[in-house]
Amino acid sequence: MDVKDGRTVKGVNFVDLRDAGDAVELAAYYAEQGADELVFLDITATHEKRKTLVELVQKVARELNIPFTVGGGISTPEDVGVLLNAGADKVSINSAAVRNPQLISDLAKRFGSQCVVLAVDAKCVDGNWEVFLNGGRLSTGIDLFEWIVKAEQLGAGEILFTSMNHDGTKNGFANETLAKLSEMVNIPVIASGGAGNMEHFADTFIEGKADAALAASVFHFKEIEIPELKKYLKTKNIPVRI
Amino acid sequence: MKKQNIVIIDYDAGNIQSVKYAFERLGITPIVSKDKEVIRNADKVIFPGVGEASWAMNSLKENDLIDLIPDLKQPVLGICLGMQLMCESTEEGNTKALGIFPVSAKRFTNEQKVPHMGWNQLDDLKGGLLNGIKTSEFTYFVHSYYVPLIEETIASCDYIVPFSAALQKDNFYACQFHPEKSGDVGVKILENFINL
Repeated sequence: MDVKDGRTVKGVNFVDLRDAGDAVELAAYYAEQGADELVFLDITATHEKRKTLVELVQKVARELNIPFTVGGGISTPEDVGVLLNAGADKVSINSAAVRNPQLISDLAKRFGSQCVVLAVDAKCVDGNWEVFLNGGRLSTGIDLFEWIVKAEQLGAGEILFTSMNHDGTKNGFANETLAKLSEMVNIPVIASGGAGNMEHFADTFIEGKADAALAASVFHFKEIEIPELKKYLKTKNIPVRI
Repeated sequence: MKKQNIVIIDYDAGNIQSVKYAFERLGITPIVSKDKEVIRNADKVIFPGVGEASWAMNSLKENDLIDLIPDLKQPVLGICLGMQLMCESTEEGNTKALGIFPVSAKRFTNEQKVPHMGWNQLDDLKGGLLNGIKTSEFTYFVHSYYVPLIEETIASCDYIVPFSAALQKDNFYACQFHPEKSGDVGVKILENFINL
C-alpha cells in the first residue's frame, strides 16, 4: 500500500469499504481476506508530514493482528526506533542503505536483523542487473547480486526485490533473477513487480524460488482475490495459510 | 472477558506495543512496568522479547529482574525471545538464561533459510494455553534459535528440525511464535491465557 499523509494513494475502488483511501480500513480488509503480511510505503515528500506516518503506524498496530512492514524515507536508526515503538514489526530501507550501507549493520545491531528488510529496485540493462533509486530513475552503477550479498553480510533480515523491467507489466515476476538471488543468500527473498494473474504467483514460488510474493494493484483492483489465490496456490502444492 | 491486572515486563527489549495493543483489542489495558512490586502483584505477567539474547539478559540484570521472574507464582507467558530466556541457556551469545525450563536454545543450522520467518503450522497440541487450537493451524514465527522438544513441550512446529512452539511448566507458559501477530489463532491463545 502506497500511503501519503496517512491515506492510500493508488486508486482503489472497493465498494464494500466506507473509505477506501483510509489506509487503516484497507489494511483491516486485507488482513480479513487472509493477507499474511502488509507493507506500507510512505511516499510523503516532506519531513514534517512524517508525523502522520507514525500516527498511521500506531492506528494500524492497534487494529491489526498480522505482521506489517513500513518503508519510505527511512534514513537513521532514530527513524526506525520511532516506527518500531509505534508498533511496526519491520522497516524497509532502500536508498539510504545504498548511500550508506553501514545503516544496515547499525539497524541490525540495534533492533535485530529480523526487522530490517532491504528493498531493492533493479533494472536489467544490457544483460546486467543494476540497482536503481528513485523508482527506477536514478542509476547507481551497483551490481544487484553484489549488493544483495553485501546486504546479507551487513545483517539484512529479508530482501524485497522489485524488478523495474517487470513492475507494472502484469506479465509475471522476474523469476530467473529471483531464483538466482534466492539461492545466493540464506535470508528470505520477497518477489515484487509483475503480478498479473494467479499463475504468476505459483510461478514465482516454484521457478523463482521466492519465499513470499508481494503485489498491490491486482489486489487493489480486485483482479485477484486473496482467498481464491490461496486456494489456487494450495492446489499447486505451495504451502499457504488458509 | 475476565477483568484482570496484566503486567507486561518492560526491560527495553523490543516491540512491546504490539503485545499491549493485542490485549487492548480484548478489552484489557495491560500495565507496562519494570517495577518489581507491580510485577509481583499482577494477576498475569507477560515476558516479551525481541532482540539479541545476551543483550536482553544484561538488560534484565540492570533492571534487577533476574531473580524475580523465576520466582513468580501467577501465570507468566514468555513470548519469542522471552521463551528462550526462560530456558537454562541459549547458544545466542553463549548466554546463561533464567533456568525455568530444563533445556538450552540452539541455533538453526543453515540447511534452510534462517531466520525461520513467517507462518507455520502447530502440531502435538496439549490443550491448556492452546485449548481450542487445531493441529495444522498457523501462527507467525520470527526466530533464528529454537528450543528442542522436551517433556514440557505443549505444541511443536517443524522447520529444519522439529522444535518446541510452546512450553509449559507449572505457572510458566511460553510460545516461540508471536500470538499478538498470529491472526485469530493468536487471539484465541491470548484469550486462553487470560482465562487460565
